[in-house]
Amino acid sequence: MTATTSKASGSVLGAWFHRISLLRESPVGMVGAFIVVFWVVVAIFAPVLSPYDPNETHYDMLAFLHPSSQHWFGLDSSGRDMLSRIIWGSRTVLIVAPLAVGVAYLVGCSLGLLAGYYIGWVDVLMSRITNIILSIPPIVLFIIIITLFGPSVINLIIAFTLIAAPQIARLVRGITLELRERDFVAAAKMRGEGSLYIMVVEILPNARGPLIVDLCLRTGYTIIQIGVLGFLGLGLPPPTPDWGGMVNQGYAQLFSYPHMSIFPCIAISSLVIGFNFLADGMREISLRD
Amino acid sequence: MLRFFAKRLLDLLITMVAVSVIIFLLLEFTPGDVAQKILGPFATKEQVAILTEELGLNRPVWIRYFEWVGQLLTGDLGFSTTFKVPVNDIIWDRLGSTLRLAAIAFLIMVPLSTVLGVLAGMREGGKLDRSISVLSIATTSIPEFASGVFLATIFVILLGWLPGTSTLSTAGGWPIWTQYVLPVTVVLLYYVGYLVRMVRASMVEVMTRPYIRTAILKGLDFRAVIWKHAFRNAMITPVTVFLLQINFLITSLVVVEIVFAYPGFGRMILEAALAKDYAVIEAGALIAVFIAVSTQVVGDLGYMILNPRIRFK
Repeated sequence: MTATTSKASGSVLGAWFHRISLLRESPVGMVGAFIVVFWVVVAIFAPVLSPYDPNETHYDMLAFLHPSSQHWFGLDSSGRDMLSRIIWGSRTVLIVAPLAVGVAYLVGCSLGLLAGYYIGWVDVLMSRITNIILSIPPIVLFIIIITLFGPSVINLIIAFTLIAAPQIARLVRGITLELRERDFVAAAKMRGEGSLYIMVVEILPNARGPLIVDLCLRTGYTIIQIGVLGFLGLGLPPPTPDWGGMVNQGYAQLFSYPHMSIFPCIAISSLVIGFNFLADGMREISLRD
Repeated sequence: MLRFFAKRLLDLLITMVAVSVIIFLLLEFTPGDVAQKILGPFATKEQVAILTEELGLNRPVWIRYFEWVGQLLTGDLGFSTTFKVPVNDIIWDRLGSTLRLAAIAFLIMVPLSTVLGVLAGMREGGKLDRSISVLSIATTSIPEFASGVFLATIFVILLGWLPGTSTLSTAGGWPIWTQYVLPVTVVLLYYVGYLVRMVRASMVEVMTRPYIRTAILKGLDFRAVIWKHAFRNAMITPVTVFLLQINFLITSLVVVEIVFAYPGFGRMILEAALAKDYAVIEAGALIAVFIAVSTQVVGDLGYMILNPRIRFK
């Protein structure tokens, strides 16, 4: 963490480019970045890349669902092209996961900054609430929330935020506790800056090292969770192409049609591996400077 | 130390009360009438009214909350509408199955991740470290349902060595122990990677300490340095993490239980939730939280026993 050198010196973009160029020294990080970029490109160009409409049923093919020259990855049990659904599924997961992580970060960072900066009763109250929420096993909370309120992108994001925000808050609180004693915070106070300014402009940018690593790891973990919910039948409502949901539909026919489960499983595993390798590369870099 | 534990037990109690209120209110204030939710969308108005009266749902929320807690404390967990038996008749059986699966996984997981973590952490940045680290990131990244699919395709469909379902019945001709192999392997793949990284990180940190340098410089055998000096100090934090895994294991086995049709606790909660079987959801969630909180207390105890610096303070 570079607490003394940063002070968000003019070009934030420049700092990012520097970070990305450093990533070249970590082969694992590069592999991760490559996989993530691959899926992002696939998601962006989904309409161009996918050979068919992902929700179109190919009635003429219903007797033969296996992979063929027309349908490289085969068809699902409703006769929809698997390759197209996997391509469009990347769009679903790459929209929902970052959105969920983003909202969780917004809430978690705010709570963590407040608790770490003001300490006192704010901190005690938040720690109590955090501990209670963290004691409920995530999957149980997911199951209860999604079955009660129904599966939708909004409910999924609410559930994720409820589970992830306390964890993020705890991380940010710890870093804030340490940073609030630093000289640059004292200097800002003496300049007469407001508490909000100090928290957002002075403390938060200096906490970015561990937060960026956590962000990558959490995105990967969130993708797993979205997949798991889809697999359990609690994912996004059909016909949204959703990798976990595809496995949920195809799994019962694993013996006769393994392709229906295997391809979406490969897709989700590779994307999560990408994010986690990227996180590992980032961690290596942040340890260096 | 006694005071510390009295405080932790009080914390446990407060958490349980808070969680029971949250769960009760969540089920109470979700859209739709409780009786309607139990009876389903096709029930008539009269049926709903009768059940509302029967369950006493027309009385204030707080009275019903205390009644429910009173019932729980006397050991009456209610009646399951999906399984058509008292909750007590099914929940302990299912919990037992899950505990058995979790125990087997745990007993393999701890030594395996300890050995791999120590091997990786004793020479940071070495070839062994890099390969163990990369491999453990990769296996942790594969969702359990995906590794379940991969392993089932290889060992069940292609090779035919193992059964594809683990229903704990020998009707299919597979002995019980074979039904544990795939579920346990899937759990291990997902969890061991994370634990290896925890042990490794702790080991790496200990290896930079002056007493390790001294031990090496005075010519002590490297193996002795690792096992006598580094190992015990490096295991303090991971032991807490290991104990916390018990909590994750018991509840997050739900995916593995679904993949292999294993009659477990998580699967029961999922089935109950999908069918809006409130008695089972409430009891299941409370038991899950109780396990989570009490393993945390046990984790603290382990930490204190291992770390004399805290014990004697």
